Amino acid sequence: MAVSKLLLRAFVGLILVWLLVPILIIVPMSFSGARFLAFPPPFWSLRWYEAYFTSPAWMQATGVSLTVAVSSAIIATVMGTAAAYALNLRSSPLLRSLQVVLMLPLVVPIVITAVGVFLVYANIGLLATMTGLILANVMLSLPYVITSVLVGLRKFDPAQEMVSRSLGMNRLRTFFIVTLPQIRPSVITGLLFAFISALDETVVALFISGGQYQTLTKRMFTALRDEIDPTIAAISTLLTAMSFLVVMLASLNARGTAKTDG
Amino acid sequence: MSSSLNPSVLHQRREGRLVLLLLAPALLVVGGLLIVPLCWLAWQSVRQDGGFTLAHYARFLTDDVYWRTFLQTFRMAFIVTGATIVLGYPVAYVAAGAPRRWSVAILAMIVLPFWTSVLVRAYAWLILLQRRGLVNSALTDLGLIDEPLRLVNNELGTIIATIHILLPFMVLPLYATMQKIPSDLTMAGASLGGTPLHVFLRVFLPLSLPGVVAGTVLVFVLTLGFYITPELLGGGRTFMVSMLVSRNIEIYNEWGAASSISIVLLVCVFLIFRLASLLIPFERIMGAR
Repeated sequence: MAVSKLLLRAFVGLILVWLLVPILIIVPMSFSGARFLAFPPPFWSLRWYEAYFTSPAWMQATGVSLTVAVSSAIIATVMGTAAAYALNLRSSPLLRSLQVVLMLPLVVPIVITAVGVFLVYANIGLLATMTGLILANVMLSLPYVITSVLVGLRKFDPAQEMVSRSLGMNRLRTFFIVTLPQIRPSVITGLLFAFISALDETVVALFISGGQYQTLTKRMFTALRDEIDPTIAAISTLLTAMSFLVVMLASLNARGTAKTDG
Repeated sequence: MSSSLNPSVLHQRREGRLVLLLLAPALLVVGGLLIVPLCWLAWQSVRQDGGFTLAHYARFLTDDVYWRTFLQTFRMAFIVTGATIVLGYPVAYVAAGAPRRWSVAILAMIVLPFWTSVLVRAYAWLILLQRRGLVNSALTDLGLIDEPLRLVNNELGTIIATIHILLPFMVLPLYATMQKIPSDLTMAGASLGGTPLHVFLRVFLPLSLPGVVAGTVLVFVLTLGFYITPELLGGGRTFMVSMLVSRNIEIYNEWGAASSISIVLLVCVFLIFRLASLLIPFERIMGAR
């Protein structure tokens, strides 16, 4: 009994290590001084970070990616919160199917989405534009925001809104003064995940971004196809650090909720 | 007219309008950038030279590449799904049964990779598995092999990386389900004289099956549409449906072919969700992420 439990835990421990090591291994590689990738690196240096930060092409792509991620996250959060609020207001077969429609960006295989967006953009002239990139990422992030905000709204007691409105506050003010502060953690979670999903998005960007509006991930992907450039190890480390930061913020944010709940 | 309606009907109407107004922006974005193009793809898939045709679909029967690609993609989906169940079930089981501090730590180790870029993880596997990569040099240094193993630019490398990327999609729904199984039930089973294995098989396992279904659907469907990983690690030897779609557009400019392949893949995905929704609600599958 005890032995089998120990074996099970050892097995799980190995799987967790296997899950983390490939992500963490990039960090020391990115500080390598060598042109080829060896572990441990023969000597340490910051040359790949220097190569990244001094390259106009990489910097331009980073600027595009950050702009797209921040703006699409904000827009998706506003739209998604409104949609989730509406979906929670009533329950009807129509609304349930509309909710499924709004979840479709997560369901449809990403290449098909990319081809579809490409088709639309080719016809309305949004290919290789900032607007096009932002809109596409808003669409892709909506499901995260809606799911997250719905979770928050289900915990919220709608009687509070009724009290506020019976005391003469209108619907809009009631939402901002009574409802929003209580669902704020789930809105923030939605925002964070919308940001990181837009920052990491690659496939749609491969199809629709170009020219001066190429995203960081598109540049990385194209560079990886040709050769293994260690600069990508440095960028990957930075992207991973960003993901870690966002997950930590999200969990601090969730802990905040737990406290106000208790 | 409106004066004859009672106030609650009026209120209902006003609220109905509000609901539509709030949903409109999100529906416009998803409708315009996803639903409309999908219908467009469906239309294109049956058109050629201005007339109706089934030629694009007929290729599935006549052209080897088509059905072979679908076969390879489904094979990959089965392997990856099977492996994520075998690896993910014990992880979720231990996490659900552990004291709170441990389960939080285990979940953190699942969630961090979950939110790390797929591109970054595919790159990491490229570094690890390539001919002079870390795995090969470690094995050579240990004297286990003389010649570097061929780990990447083939199906094996793609499978390893895909399992690694999709494992969290299996563990998270499994954990969510297992966590809700009351420990009273397993204790009751044990107090009635069941051996631990017996209690697990007769009580715990059946109750955890909804989680298995949710995880299986997510991993299977995501593998069917995987693009970046096979493109980077497959070395042209692992040809997935998504690559067939993009090649038809990027290289051959064959929109009819790309559309018919997309529609067939989409129908497969919808059928899988439909089948799963007979077992568990759609929301429960999507709630995991």
